[in-house]
Amino acid sequence: MNAPAPVKVPAMRDALIDRLRQAMEKDDRIFFLCADFGSPALDRLQEQYPKRFLNVGIAEQNLMNVSAGLALEGFRVYAYAIAVFATLRCYEQIRVNLAILSQERPMSVNIIGVGAGVSYDVSGPTHHCLEDLTVMRLLPNVDVTSPADHVTTEAWVDFTLKRTGISYVRLDSKPQPVLPNAEPMTAAQFEKGFRVVHPGQRVAVVTTGYMTQKALRLQKRLAEKGVDFAVVDVFRLSQLDETGLRKTLAGFPHIISLEEGLNKRGGLDRLVMDHATTPVHSMGFPGHYHFDIGPREYIHEMAGVGEEHLAKAIQERWG
Amino acid sequence: MKCNLPDTALVAKANWVRRETLVLHKLAPETRVASSLSIVEMFTALYYGGILEHDPANPRWEDRDRLVISKGHGSLCMYPILADRGYFPVGELLKICQKGSFLGGIPDPVIPGYETVNGSLGHGAGVGSGMAMGLKRKGSDRHVFVALGDGELYEGSNWEAFWFAGHHGLDNMVFMIDENLTAMLNFTKNILTQDPLEAKLTAFGLEVTRVDGHDVVASRNAIQKAISLKNGKAKAILFRTIKGKGAPNLEGNPLAHVTSVPASEVDRIVAAMGVPS
Repeated sequence: MNAPAPVKVPAMRDALIDRLRQAMEKDDRIFFLCADFGSPALDRLQEQYPKRFLNVGIAEQNLMNVSAGLALEGFRVYAYAIAVFATLRCYEQIRVNLAILSQERPMSVNIIGVGAGVSYDVSGPTHHCLEDLTVMRLLPNVDVTSPADHVTTEAWVDFTLKRTGISYVRLDSKPQPVLPNAEPMTAAQFEKGFRVVHPGQRVAVVTTGYMTQKALRLQKRLAEKGVDFAVVDVFRLSQLDETGLRKTLAGFPHIISLEEGLNKRGGLDRLVMDHATTPVHSMGFPGHYHFDIGPREYIHEMAGVGEEHLAKAIQERWG
Repeated sequence: MKCNLPDTALVAKANWVRRETLVLHKLAPETRVASSLSIVEMFTALYYGGILEHDPANPRWEDRDRLVISKGHGSLCMYPILADRGYFPVGELLKICQKGSFLGGIPDPVIPGYETVNGSLGHGAGVGSGMAMGLKRKGSDRHVFVALGDGELYEGSNWEAFWFAGHHGLDNMVFMIDENLTAMLNFTKNILTQDPLEAKLTAFGLEVTRVDGHDVVASRNAIQKAISLKNGKAKAILFRTIKGKGAPNLEGNPLAHVTSVPASEVDRIVAAMGVPS
């Protein structure tokens, strides 16, 4: 008997853009801009709605400023670029014309960054995005989301379609499997901002984005050895159900935070520490850049966040 | 609504704005008065020369023209204009930079009549371009005016915006550049030369004119011409001005930007102007 063919998982960006394209049919205020960055789904959107699509060129500062101007005119704007350039290249434009201005004037601008962590593995440190969650979390009036799969990404689209304000979503550049029990995600589940994707005992590994996938892979492997740790996926990093997270974390004597971002620099680990009652062992990238060439997992190993590093940290706490 | 004064009254109004700007500076010496004195006629032409569609009773009126003041620090002269037009009570001017006032050294959209956050340079051109694109997509025939300083043009983000506006032929927008030839610490020619500025802007796809920025009637005419030309080109007007115009200790001073006019000197200049308050 043949094994069933694997279900093809869409890239997060394609799922997002297709969802948005469907919404554009009903909502003529939706405007999509990119900084010369594409996808197959974007080709469809551009073809269908040429008057509500703009490629501003490789010019992220202008991407944010033009987005702000369109939003002031009542458009619901989506600004799409490579994650590290969509945040750090134009950080002051985001701060002044989105974060500050939106406090005084109603605006809807949603920044879509592709290339979370080292998902552009062989492109080197300019394309590695290890700081974005920290700097975007830092800005008042900006909502930050880091989904681990395309289902959560689609829920983000639905969330932003009903909301006025500024948001940032950090997408993986590669398709990722759908998390267990995740489909479909309701608005309430999204707004909660985290979920226990695998229940467990004694040790909770709190993750975001790709690291949730990694923790789940390890969970399957260690379960065979009788180590059954929990995996908590935190996908909203600025606003979430803080009481709920506190209650969830309170059930574990050991907590490990794991992120594809700089360690102890204000990213996921800070959020987890703020809501944990026991000391948190934080795992993330050390405070330097990586010129190592190789696949993503190789760079993770070089950075001390490889699967074996995580396995060791869990087993030490498991007892 | 537009306010359209005859030429002689327009000239008198510009003098009045200059006088009131100096008086405000006396109340709040920390304000950047030199940058504001060079741009008096530009704003006077917009608000009193029959250019700007606006409604002081409804600052966010959908059918208004949009004025983005990118060189926000240099728009102290806007305060008396906005009060005079009725955006807020004239008495508020006396509280400038005081605790609880909404009139700060650098204006923000908490002031009725201001569209955007100002104070960081190089932002207005891009935001204004987005507004102009948005207005066109909505089918509106309103205009976007962006007031910039020439020193501000050192910020590269402006050129991304000029390129964008030029490419998209945003003929509903006018970049209004206060060409006072002086940045914060020196004349621009001694920092990085801007010449040939007109050619540079033209090369980015804008239709460029230059006008004597202290001739309020000529300024009004230049703006009027720019917005009447629906030729598929975004416009730029270079207002050739003098930084600190009207204050002898500022005119020709490379450090005018960071220089104040002493209170006694304000009194002397105002008395000599003979313009009623």
